[in-house]
Amino acid sequence: MSVRTDTPVPPEAAEDRAARELSSPTREVTDQTQSPSPAGRRSGALTDRKHLRNYVLIMTLLGVLAIGFTLAIMTYNNPAEFGTRGWWLIVGMRRDSLLTIAVVALCHAMATIAFQTAVNNRIITPGIMGFGSLYTAIQTGFVYVFGMAGVTMLVGVSQFFLQMAVMMLLATMLYTWLLSGRFSNIHIMLLVGVVIGGTLGSLSTFMQRTLTPSEFDVLTARLFGNISNARTEYLPYAIPIALAVTALLWFRASTLNVLALGKTAALNLGLNYKRELIVILALVSMLISMATALVGPMMFLGFLTAILAYQFADTYSHRLLFPMGFLFGYTILAGSYFVLRHLWDAGGAVTVIVELIGGVVFLIFILRKGRL
Amino acid sequence: MITLTDVKKDYSDKVKIGPVSVEITKGGVTALVGPNGAGKSTILTMVGRLLDIDSGTIEVAGHDVVNTPSKVIAKILSVLRQENHFVTRLTVRQLVGFGRFPHSKGRLTLGDEKYISEAIDFLDLTDLENRYLDQLSGGQRQRAYVAMVLAQNTDYVLLDEPLNNLDMQHAVAMMKQLRRAADELGRTVVIVLHDINFAAHYSDKILAMKDGQVVEHGTPEQIMQDEVLTRIFTTDVQVIQGPNGPLAVYY
Repeated sequence: MSVRTDTPVPPEAAEDRAARELSSPTREVTDQTQSPSPAGRRSGALTDRKHLRNYVLIMTLLGVLAIGFTLAIMTYNNPAEFGTRGWWLIVGMRRDSLLTIAVVALCHAMATIAFQTAVNNRIITPGIMGFGSLYTAIQTGFVYVFGMAGVTMLVGVSQFFLQMAVMMLLATMLYTWLLSGRFSNIHIMLLVGVVIGGTLGSLSTFMQRTLTPSEFDVLTARLFGNISNARTEYLPYAIPIALAVTALLWFRASTLNVLALGKTAALNLGLNYKRELIVILALVSMLISMATALVGPMMFLGFLTAILAYQFADTYSHRLLFPMGFLFGYTILAGSYFVLRHLWDAGGAVTVIVELIGGVVFLIFILRKGRL
Repeated sequence: MITLTDVKKDYSDKVKIGPVSVEITKGGVTALVGPNGAGKSTILTMVGRLLDIDSGTIEVAGHDVVNTPSKVIAKILSVLRQENHFVTRLTVRQLVGFGRFPHSKGRLTLGDEKYISEAIDFLDLTDLENRYLDQLSGGQRQRAYVAMVLAQNTDYVLLDEPLNNLDMQHAVAMMKQLRRAADELGRTVVIVLHDINFAAHYSDKILAMKDGQVVEHGTPEQIMQDEVLTRIFTTDVQVIQGPNGPLAVYY
């Protein structure tokens, strides 16, 4: 294929060229400035030097903040003397909270970005699509059926996996059903998701009404997302799974880049659209259900991290979006954890506060954009 | 060659497309014309395997579009639909770069960069290549999409109403560029057009559809006849000799 001027052109095309040159006086100039060296014209996820500098700058800033908060959480106000066994013991306990924060940030950021790419919409998130209500319904259902025993029945590693499996199955079924076939419409999907969430929510409320006050008390404590008393016994399983799923998404980054162009373009470029969509949604469900099983439902954390990553990275490349989303999530969670737990002594409220911020950002974003 | 054999698509009891059996030869520009709802876009999107076929077979260069893996088809045939809306912010060059995906799988080589530059130059987007799509006019954006499917470097290029929303100047420029893609790059261009005069002037073959059936298939000279056009469009059409070939007058 050669389209340069040095190739012989049919008379008709030459005429066209002449006509075009007449109609646009800048044409001559562009032909000269158009350097023939291919090295000068490169495509990349970051458009120019300034874009690259911005990206590196933000990543560095976030990295410094993340490390700063990590050190601060580990060492601030440690009652034992530095370097003693007691000091290290306390640091070790705080490390578990930090690991939980890292896993949760990783899960929510990666899942939300991948989900929004797959459904081609940057407003709906897996959280909004009824994940929290599903978790509440499962928890409430167990307490409703088995009483106080139900609460303890849901604690344990095998239960953790069971609960994850149930949520994953339901979510994958819901998404695949909604996204394939007749319902391939964002608004219908959103509506169905919200209705399902509402139905599960009122079902949970109904079951909660019939509980004894003590059962209800125990249940409520479980339903609030809480980093301070996250179930750390799950961490040895949650971390490798989160890393494995993250790796799978990472290797699918170029596929995700194409999926972001929409169904038609993805099909044209030779993607097996349906299969890729289902695989990605299954991975997303896995991440979200794991994060939910770990610290409870968080609706807006993913939205917050994803929107910040889009804004600041300003690129299509998921290899660049994912790390930034994760760092934003980690910095926000660790930062608010540090402030609330160590400065204000209200560690339990971290997820509540993050959700509050996330919800406000969500509203502002929708009001500013004015459409879905 | 694109071969359709008894291709059918039923939208409802009343709206049925086909059975269509037709052969579109390799090379040149073939225009699909016909009234609204005749099934032009349906046929085009089915050939481009964007829409499932209810029955029948479609072969492009000997490959059955339904059974051949999509990634194989993506190196033979590219298809562009009317509405293109992306959630991501892309520059022209990034968008055109995506056209290389079937070949590069996301890792652009120097060879890919060459194809990208050529496609951009071919559509006169050289100065705009680092602009974001949302900073372009409709006509420029349309050219960027076409550059993307040209960068895909497929023998067959299918375009669904590429002149939609383009003014006179941009519509003519677009048709000339597609004509050049066929003449200079040897692509087989199949395009859905609304304006019969555009089809007559710029295409080698015209495929006319009506009520889900192919009613005419021939050279512009064969189609540009009073009674043929009147029959296709169910409107009184008069063909007159213009300065650059026959012109259909229908108003």
